[in-house]
Order: sequence, then structure tokens, then C-alpha cells
Amino acid sequence: MAVDLNIPAIELKNLRHQWPDQAFCLQIPALTLAVGQHLFIRGASGSGKTTLLNLLCGVLSIQQGEIRLGGQLLQPNSAAKRDQLRARQIGVVFQQLNLIPYLSVLDNVLLGQAFSGKAADMARAERLLQALQLPAELWQQSAAALSVGQQQRVAIARALLGKPTLLIADEPTSALDADNRDAFMRVLLQEADAAGSTVVFVSHDQALAGYFQYQLDMGRLGDGVTAVRGNAACC
Amino acid sequence: MLLKLARQSLWSRRGTAWLTLCSLIISLSLLLGIDHLRLEAKRSFTSTVAGTDLIVGARSGQLNLLLYTVFRIGNATNNISYAHYEQISKHPQVRWAIPLALGDSHRGFRVLGTNTDYFRYFRYGEQQSLQLAAGREFSSVYETVLGADVAKKLGYQLGQEIVLSHGVGKVSFSQHKDQPFTVVGILAPTGTPVDQSVHVSLTGIEAIHQGWQNGAPAMRKAKTVLSEAELAALQPTVLTGALLGLKSKVATFAVQRQINEFKAEPLSAILPGAALAELWQMLVLVENLLLVITALVLLAALIGLTTTLLAAQRERARELAILRAIGARPWQLFLLIELEVLLLTVTSIAGAFLLLTGSLAALQPWLSSQYGLVISLLAWHPHTAAGLGLVLALSLLLGAIPAVQAYRQSLNQGLQVRL
Repeated sequence: MAVDLNIPAIELKNLRHQWPDQAFCLQIPALTLAVGQHLFIRGASGSGKTTLLNLLCGVLSIQQGEIRLGGQLLQPNSAAKRDQLRARQIGVVFQQLNLIPYLSVLDNVLLGQAFSGKAADMARAERLLQALQLPAELWQQSAAALSVGQQQRVAIARALLGKPTLLIADEPTSALDADNRDAFMRVLLQEADAAGSTVVFVSHDQALAGYFQYQLDMGRLGDGVTAVRGNAACC
Repeated sequence: MLLKLARQSLWSRRGTAWLTLCSLIISLSLLLGIDHLRLEAKRSFTSTVAGTDLIVGARSGQLNLLLYTVFRIGNATNNISYAHYEQISKHPQVRWAIPLALGDSHRGFRVLGTNTDYFRYFRYGEQQSLQLAAGREFSSVYETVLGADVAKKLGYQLGQEIVLSHGVGKVSFSQHKDQPFTVVGILAPTGTPVDQSVHVSLTGIEAIHQGWQNGAPAMRKAKTVLSEAELAALQPTVLTGALLGLKSKVATFAVQRQINEFKAEPLSAILPGAALAELWQMLVLVENLLLVITALVLLAALIGLTTTLLAAQRERARELAILRAIGARPWQLFLLIELEVLLLTVTSIAGAFLLLTGSLAALQPWLSSQYGLVISLLAWHPHTAAGLGLVLALSLLLGAIPAVQAYRQSLNQGLQVRL
């Protein structure tokens, strides 16, 4: 997919989301992320991280404001269009248990393409797995047989297989030990760059902020602080 | 891909899936089997008496008469005299008559004493007549023509000599050892009790009972060997019953009444169709009850299937969230669950047919020798497709419960799973 570098990967305007029966209200006046940039979102539980991610992924319907992904507006009224956009343009890596346990490693990687309507790109899947240090003898094993670190790397391969505009990682390192975590962060960002994907990374672990050029502190959204420039040192 | 997911997901839960499958297979084969047996029994019975207009025997209930004369089930209440049979067979409305003398057996197979009119006039199924697979009809006293199953099961060949026993049990203490019969013919299979019968001439029956009194061998004679002259002079004296074919169906009731009012001997004439109808009438309640019970068993199995899927739903929340995250639409998750239901149901239908065909194949020899029922192995009837369609629809309907749950869960929950 040709990427126009002048169109921002993510563009939020006047986003506002209120859960029924809850006082908390997520408000983001403006947020723009250029293609290929990496954003670190930090925040305590209940700060609206999850809501923001669900909005970005198009799982939640937007109540107010607008979100554009690669220039395309997330349609508030069409869950189908949002699902399609997610299948084609967004890769997601969860905290843990990212894989369908009964499918093989390779099938897990190829799964996303089944829903995006693209042909299975076997060669790219194998190249990604190799790049993520998952040897070929693991590919036909069931995903449940892998270690947590390996599983998270398979999840990266799956998320990046379709060269998504946006890679969303939701605390993907929380189940990893320090060594694994650093290795994970390196391959994640490296492969995201290789795929030309913009990264939105959510974590409560401030130690990871150093990997990112951009940061967003959910706790300070209420103060009107939204957009975020610079590295960890400046915030 | 969804199909592959459904398949692998079931495979990953093969323990519970297998049990669910078993309960479905068992209940489905029960339902199919009972429906099949009921229809095949009717078809088999009806086919056997297809060409016969009236059955004549000693006075008794019509069911009893039908069962012992044609289906060799049960025993005759009384005999009828051969002279009266001849009188009836000469009735102007009677086109053909077949005499039947029962009461002996050969290794569990009933012996039928008759004459060659049997081969000429007996009709079964779609008005088919009996065909000899090998040999010829019997023409002298000690000759016998075997039904197809008798020859097959006992491995008899033409020219072989067999000994008849008195009575109809499998084991008999009074055998007609001194008067062996030679196999001269073997009939082609008919799918009726004819296949389980050993056919001899009426004089043959007469010969082996020479000197017998009150159904027991004469005490004084150790051996009954009849001379040529004695054999030539043998005349049948008693019969168990007779089958009649009439010149005109219209005359059936008139002839029946005349036989029922026969002065010289108390006789019964019955219409086989009417007697069968009475039999079905008696069985219809049992039949329906069985069908209802098996239908309920099937329903229980289907509810079990739903329960299994619902129980799995909790542990699958994660799986569904992953599928959502990579772009699966909610209806695709609905479809995934329904596909699993479909896979299980279709597999169990196939399994039920296999099980049924297998057990029918195993039971067939017993059914045909005990009840003269020939059941086709494939339990397929015109309404079976509709019935199975209904089962499939019902399973999908019940499967919609977990499927809708998956659908709604995927809408409400978002990408996060609260474990």
C-alpha cells in the first residue's frame, strides 16, 4: 500500500467519550501522529487508555469528534466499515495470550489476512517469523506450546503481516522479564519501522518511555495537555 | 478460514466435543433406526402378502392366522382337512389356491408342506413370482426346495440330504431321521419369510408322519420306512391353512363370507391387508410413543450440545476478542459458533448412519430368521431428508444461543478481556 507521508497516520479532533453511569469522560482536543512515528501512552488504570484504544481500533463507536486513520475517517455509524478498516490497517498486540491456542504458529500469523480479504502472504509471514527469531521448527507447533516471550513475538508478526498503517500495542511487555522485554521492544519497533507502521504503545511502565519519540500522559489529558513532542526527558 | 477455525477449535476441545458427538450419534441413530425399522417392517410384511387375496385357516383371530400362515410366527390353533381345502379351491371365484402344512422344522427353519402351485402362484412385492436360483421344483415325496437364506446359512448344496424335525424349535428331540430329504432346488432371495422356509411336498409331510399318533411317533415301530406302493398311495389329509387368489377382487368379501360360514368345518378366511392394518393399528400407539421418546432424547442431546458450547464460551472470550482485534466482524463470530454446531451435527448424522448400517448389518440375520423381516441396510426414506433438515435447523436454532452470546459479547466487550 502506498503511504502518503504528508497525511498523518492518526488525527484526532475534539474527541470526547463518556461511558454511561460513569463520571469519567475521555477528552482529547487534538492529537496528530505522522506516519512512522512512535507514540508512548502512559496512564494509570481508569485513565481512559483502554477507551482510547477501543476508539482508535474502531471497536467503540465515536460519540463526539472524529478520528482519521491514514486520512480515512472512522465512520461513527458503520461498525462494518470500522471492522474492515481495522482488518486492513491496524495491527494489535495485547498484554498476553495474543494467540489462538489451538492454531499453529503460522496459522496464527496468517489469521489476520483471512478477515482483511487479502491473499495469505506466506512468504512475508515466514520472513517476519524468521526476523523475530522464531525458528521454522516452531511454525507448525500449536501456539500454546510456545513460551510467553515467543508468543508475544508471534503476535508482532501477525500484527505486522498486512503492513498496517497503525500498530497498537496494549501493555505487550507486562508478562515479560526485563531481558525479554528489551529484546521485545527492539524487534517490535524495528519491524514496525520496516513495515512502515506507526506505533501506538500503551504501558504503565515508565521505563519503556525511552524507546519513543512521542508521549501522551493520560493523567494529564484533563489539564488540556494533549499533544506530545519530544522524548521522555522533556515530559 | 472460519471453517478451519471451527474445526480446529472443536479439535482443541475434542474431549467434550467427542462426548457431545456420541450423545448426538446415539440419539440420532435411535430416531433414524426406529423410524426405519417401523417402515421396513411394514414394507416387508406388506410385500409378503402382496399377491394373496384371502388366507384360509382353522377358526381363529385374523392376526393369529396371518402371523402363523404367512410369517411363520406363532403356531396354528388347529388344522383344516385337505378335503375341505380341495372343495374351496374348486370354488368358481378361486383362481388359484396354495395349500400350507406347517409344524415341522429343520435346524430352526420352518418346513412348509405345499404343492407345486406354490411356485406357480405365490406372489410377493410388486407381483413378483418365486424364482429358482438353482435346481428344480420338488416332484417326488422326499425332495425339498430351500429358501435362499436356509441354503446360504446352512451351506447346503443341491443333492444334499437333510433330516426334518418335528416341532418348530431350534433343537428337537424327535427327528424324522429315517426319512431324509434331498435338496433338489434353491430359491432366489425374495426378502420375505419364503427365504427362511424349507419347502417339501404335502405327501412328504404325510410320509414323515406316517404311523404317528397325536403328534408323537408310534411306539411300536422303531423305524418307518415306506415301500414304493405305500409312497404312491400317500394322500395329504390335513393342512394348516391355504392362500387363495381370486378371479375378481370384487368377489373377495363374498368368498370370505362363504368360507366363514362353511358348514362342514369351522374355518376363517381373512384379508391379509385388513389383518395387517389391524396389526399396525395395534402398534401405532407404541410406534408413536417410541418416536416421541427418541425425538425427546435427540432434543436432550441437542440441548447438551448448546450447554457444552455455552460452557466453553467463558474460556473462549479471549479467543473471540483476538478475532475481533484482527478484524473479524461480529457476525463472523456468530457464524463461527454456528459452524461448530453444524460440523458437530453433520458429523453426528454421518456417524448415526454408519452406526445404524453397522448394527443393521449385524442384526439382519437374527431379524430375518426370527421374524422373517428383511430390513434394508440404508435407513433412507423419502421423508428422511426433511427430518434431518429439521434436526439441522433445530441444532442451528439452539446453537444460536451461544452464537448470539458471542456476537453480543464481541460488540460490548471491545478488545479488552476482563479475565
